[in-house]
Amino acid sequence: MSAIRTDRYVEEARRGIADPVLRRALAGLQERFGRGTAEAYRRLPEGPGLRQTAHAIREKAIAHLDILLERLARRIRENGGEVFFAATAEEAVAHCAGIARRLGVKIAVKGKSMVTEEIGLNAALAAHGVEVVETDLGEYIVQLAGETPSHIIAPAIHKTRNEIADLFAQHLGIPRTTDPPRLTHAARRALREKFLAADMGISGVNLACAETGHISTVSNEGNIRMATTLARVHVAFMGMERIVARLDEYEIILRLLCRGASVQDIGTYVSFIGGPRRPGESDGPEEFHLVVVDNGRSRMLADPRFREMLCCIRCAACLNVCPVYGRIGGHAYGFAYSGPVGAVVTPLLTGIRRGRDLCLGETLCGACKDACSMDIDLPRMLLELRAILAEGDPGWGVEPSGGLERQVWKLWEGLVSRPALYERALQAGAVLQRLLPRTPAGWIRRLPPPFSGWTKSRDFPPVAAEPFRRRFAKRRKEADRG
Amino acid sequence: MDTVTLFVPCLMDAFRPEAAEAVVAVFKRLGFAVHCPAEQTCCGQPAFNAGYRNEARTAARRFLRLFGDAEAICCPSGSCVAMVRHHVPALFDGEPDWRALALRTAARTFEFTEYLVDVLGRDDLGASFPGRVTYHDSCHLLRGLGVREQPRRLLRRVRGLELVEMKNPDCCCGFGGAFSVKYPDISTALVADKVEWIRESGAEAVVGADLGCLLHIEGALRRKGLGVRALHIAQVLAGGR
Repeated sequence: MSAIRTDRYVEEARRGIADPVLRRALAGLQERFGRGTAEAYRRLPEGPGLRQTAHAIREKAIAHLDILLERLARRIRENGGEVFFAATAEEAVAHCAGIARRLGVKIAVKGKSMVTEEIGLNAALAAHGVEVVETDLGEYIVQLAGETPSHIIAPAIHKTRNEIADLFAQHLGIPRTTDPPRLTHAARRALREKFLAADMGISGVNLACAETGHISTVSNEGNIRMATTLARVHVAFMGMERIVARLDEYEIILRLLCRGASVQDIGTYVSFIGGPRRPGESDGPEEFHLVVVDNGRSRMLADPRFREMLCCIRCAACLNVCPVYGRIGGHAYGFAYSGPVGAVVTPLLTGIRRGRDLCLGETLCGACKDACSMDIDLPRMLLELRAILAEGDPGWGVEPSGGLERQVWKLWEGLVSRPALYERALQAGAVLQRLLPRTPAGWIRRLPPPFSGWTKSRDFPPVAAEPFRRRFAKRRKEADRG
Repeated sequence: MDTVTLFVPCLMDAFRPEAAEAVVAVFKRLGFAVHCPAEQTCCGQPAFNAGYRNEARTAARRFLRLFGDAEAICCPSGSCVAMVRHHVPALFDGEPDWRALALRTAARTFEFTEYLVDVLGRDDLGASFPGRVTYHDSCHLLRGLGVREQPRRLLRRVRGLELVEMKNPDCCCGFGGAFSVKYPDISTALVADKVEWIRESGAEAVVGADLGCLLHIEGALRRKGLGVRALHIAQVLAGGR
């Protein structure tokens, strides 16, 4: 498992907010992709309703996951490939390390894959003496900088052109330049050498199809195809949920994936892989291994409240509309998955209590649900996570919340149940607020804790001397009298 | 005479009673009798959003008891209506009688602008309001109830009012209830942009249909010393005559 830093959400969010360069980059990204994706859904020949169709396809696949995975595995084995079901991140990386050791792999080239970020593959292979080189340009930049991706599709969105210029000058031995074509060319040259020298190609899986027994990868740079074709062995990692039953269903999900991820009708390179090179074929690896990763997904599958999360194909469309992600950036989420998808899936994979700020630190604005290529109700699941945090859940190992917060809500419950008392509390508020520093117009400048967060940057409205219901009742009485 | 039962959002009741009075005035002008259960407090939304479902259920049960018999329930808040329509029935999944009541009540509960335009078929209320305003889409009203055009139609028919669109009118203002207090840095980053977009629009007032967002936006506008007012749409529609 890669490092989990979900407990640093508030600090890391603050750091992201304070970075004006990041804000500009994310605003640009959201303007282009956020609005563009909505438009791309509208332009679908079947109309935007295709998202609901896709949701149903994914739900059906999740309901029959055991059968579909077995069929996929059988087909791949028939075609000479190997399939390994990894229950945990540790099992998955150990399996890959075992293959590397057996084949004496020194260099592995890798195509963009979030599940390998999740399981911490790079660090684990490095510990076994394998140099893993990221070949997606964004991932490569992030790797050179010793950082982690801050967006599922645009991993280096937080890096400026100047930072990349410095990185490349330092690591690739080129004269410093901020010219994007020259930078790209330098990366291309450096990566070519790695591609040719690599013994192992590693990829993720965008989606698998049980009927045909293939996995597929989508990229715009062609790097994944090179990584998976040139090396002697190809190891593909897939989250166990990334499968559909039939090719016609696969096609629908693929089209939505490309629209959600990058406002494209289809990615530039879509590869279909069902096994190693066959006798007589000129391209392809000698060995093909598929690693199907559970790592906590079975737990989601077992809980009807969160099973829907397994419909997610990590297209990142939700990141491109989320107002919170757009301000704090991806690193704040403290794990491989950022944005709204991260806010739900990360606590489920790495601990709900530990990731509580991810569950609570969202506005429930619903933009993610509208943007989701699979029409997943992320806000609903955020609410479920909050309910678990408040009320506890032994199945997820969460104790009920205690202390002050619970007492505040108990007090609230008592007040809203007793209108006379509620009214008196409002009256008390109207009187007590006079003790607080106020503006000439009567708005409150500074609230005491635990409400002081509001007045750090905003004035707080005063409670009316007479609430509406009392005014209304009074008028009614006057009208009855007169 | 037609009767409408007013479900007053707790924030409006406490912080801006004049907006609720404006709702009453609009209905009076349309010839409606307005009924308003005096015992109402809150539908349970704040507790529900915080995850405290038992506490939310207590409030929701009270709400259903008070409003269950009403013929048409109108509420000047998208998020309160979204709570009643989507979440209250789900809160009673294990209690068939309460769930049935919740569904019946939900089917008769309407947001203010939705009620005026979609149910009553009215968009010209004979109001006048001089000035340039911009409309903020509240999240639960827009994405929870699908109400985007109704308030704009109502505003366009107001005499003397010029409606200008701000940049990203449908972007969250960062209120989010307890979120605004618990995560002040993120909330502030959101509202700072919202305030900037409002300022850029050149509007003299920002109009919305959910008081939570409006109080949040106005709090930020005031702290910045900007003279832009934040008004509930009822306050605009009650203007004139």
